[in-house]
Amino acid sequence: MIEFSQVSRSFTVGDQQVAALRNIDLNFTAGEYVSIMGPSGSGKSTLLNLLGLLDRPSSGVYKLDGMDVTTLDDAQQAQVRREKIGFVFQFFHLVPRLSAAMNIELPMILAGIAAEERKERVSTLIKSYGLSDRADHRPDQLSGGQRQRVAIARATIMRPVVLLADEPTGNLDQTTGKEVMALLEQLVEQGVTLIMVTHDPMLGKRASRQVGMVDGEIVADTRGTK
Amino acid sequence: MNFSDTLLFASGSLRGSRSRTLLMMLAMSIGVASVVILTALGEGARRYVTGQFSSLGTNLVIVLPGRSETAGINPGMLLGQVARDLVVDDAQALLRSSAVRRVTPLAVGTAQAAHGALNREVVVAGTGADFLAIRHMDMGQGQFLPQMDFNSAMPVCVLGDKIRRELFGTQPAVGEWLHLGDRRFRVIGVLAAQGESMGMNTDDLVIVPVASAHMLFNTQALFRVLIEAKSRDMIEPAKRDTENILMQRHGGEKDVTVITQDAVLATFDRILGALTLAVGGIAAISLSVAGVLIMNVMLIAVAQRTQEIGLLKALGAPPAEIRRLFFAEAALLSMAGSVVGLVLGEIGSLAIGQMYPSLPVAAPWWAVLAAFSTALGTGILFSVMPARRAALLDPVMALARR
Repeated sequence: MIEFSQVSRSFTVGDQQVAALRNIDLNFTAGEYVSIMGPSGSGKSTLLNLLGLLDRPSSGVYKLDGMDVTTLDDAQQAQVRREKIGFVFQFFHLVPRLSAAMNIELPMILAGIAAEERKERVSTLIKSYGLSDRADHRPDQLSGGQRQRVAIARATIMRPVVLLADEPTGNLDQTTGKEVMALLEQLVEQGVTLIMVTHDPMLGKRASRQVGMVDGEIVADTRGTK
Repeated sequence: MNFSDTLLFASGSLRGSRSRTLLMMLAMSIGVASVVILTALGEGARRYVTGQFSSLGTNLVIVLPGRSETAGINPGMLLGQVARDLVVDDAQALLRSSAVRRVTPLAVGTAQAAHGALNREVVVAGTGADFLAIRHMDMGQGQFLPQMDFNSAMPVCVLGDKIRRELFGTQPAVGEWLHLGDRRFRVIGVLAAQGESMGMNTDDLVIVPVASAHMLFNTQALFRVLIEAKSRDMIEPAKRDTENILMQRHGGEKDVTVITQDAVLATFDRILGALTLAVGGIAAISLSVAGVLIMNVMLIAVAQRTQEIGLLKALGAPPAEIRRLFFAEAALLSMAGSVVGLVLGEIGSLAIGQMYPSLPVAAPWWAVLAAFSTALGTGILFSVMPARRAALLDPVMALARR
């Protein structure tokens, strides 16, 4: 479903070219549970940004669902993000002035979905995520775990084909971190593709496929040890 | 994202930062209010002057003796001649014109007025019965001068209200004798108090038949001839006829000046119209200052909301959408500011109207429209740059920041 062929990304720092990713070849199939691990600066976040179309590769081709998405313009890429990709961030990135329900509704507002359908989908999702009594609270009135659950709800409301998570438990304590992971893994069981970046080996090992990165290159790609 | 959602989202983010929104609305509304109030004042001044002129009389044509030459030398000047006097027969002759409804001569001089032990210097106007109608004046008591030949003198007079008060006090004035110079006049009426209009205070006037005034001042010359044309359209024909008739009577010489109230009025109208525009323009500058302020604050808003913009992009908002959101915000903001400003401006105009009741203060509709659209325009224009900046924001950088 996701095909990376010879994807490179380099940044210009001062007058030097610094390669963040070097000729990556990578394929993910639908329903996979992948963790990407590596030390800071290994390029794992850059890889995630490229996967999420937030960034463009310097060279190489990225095919999502059989479509070459590297050649699309900004507006078209935005549409792909809207329809096929969900993000879960380390710092949640909820809009502070909007209630939990409104935050979850946001992607559908951007997609121009009718209000009645939005309300219905939000209330179903809020119920299944156990946030019913928190729907009208603003993010600053929620605990860290609740915030991340709202963020995950927001990432899944458009039923994306792939969920990209960047250190989803990085800002949470152990217990809530486990709860959030359980939620994410439950989604995987429902058939969602989950690609998660982490530097926590304990977390990474839970994934059915583990990709290791060092210095912008893939050094390990192991499957199914769980 | 559909239109109503865009507006909702934009108004939500305006509500989210209340003090910023209020300050920007304040700036905008001050700009709009100043345009409204200043143009209202200018328009008020224009209407005030126009009103003053029409209180002089409508469809008025005024004849002045003498010709104002702007070029060359009048041969008469070399011979030591002065312009020929304007006399009552001239005035009488003007009634021949079909464009003229009423004519009254006006001779003006000063004389000592005395009643009993009280006396004072007064302005005496010698005129005819039609003076009252031409000048739109009202009687307080008694009668105005009777209709009679301009050449027949009659020892009657009509007093201005102030003269009556000063010479008669609480005593009845009508029917009493009044000494003017060395003659006696019977007071037959008193004018209603009307205050000053165009520098001539009719309250301070004693009116006598024109022939009596001539006897009093020992002259035949008239100060003015006032003519009322039959209608507004007849003003020009009346002016032409007047010039022709007087030229014939004065041996083919054009030795009078005929002015129409319309011409004077039009000049004042133009001057004050330009003044209103100028003042409105100055106020418009304050509006554009408000526009710059909006730009500034919107830029800060973009910086403050970097994360939110990054998030919206990650959630699939294309650059155009982000731009639209910021435009909507600026438009809502300037619209709200304009409405508040219009209300403030109207209240301010009303307050000034209360303070100076004689000034008809009201903003002309074009100024209200212009203020509103300028406010909206500047708001949107000055949000182009911030909106662009937001749309071009790199989502990776935006989201990387905590």
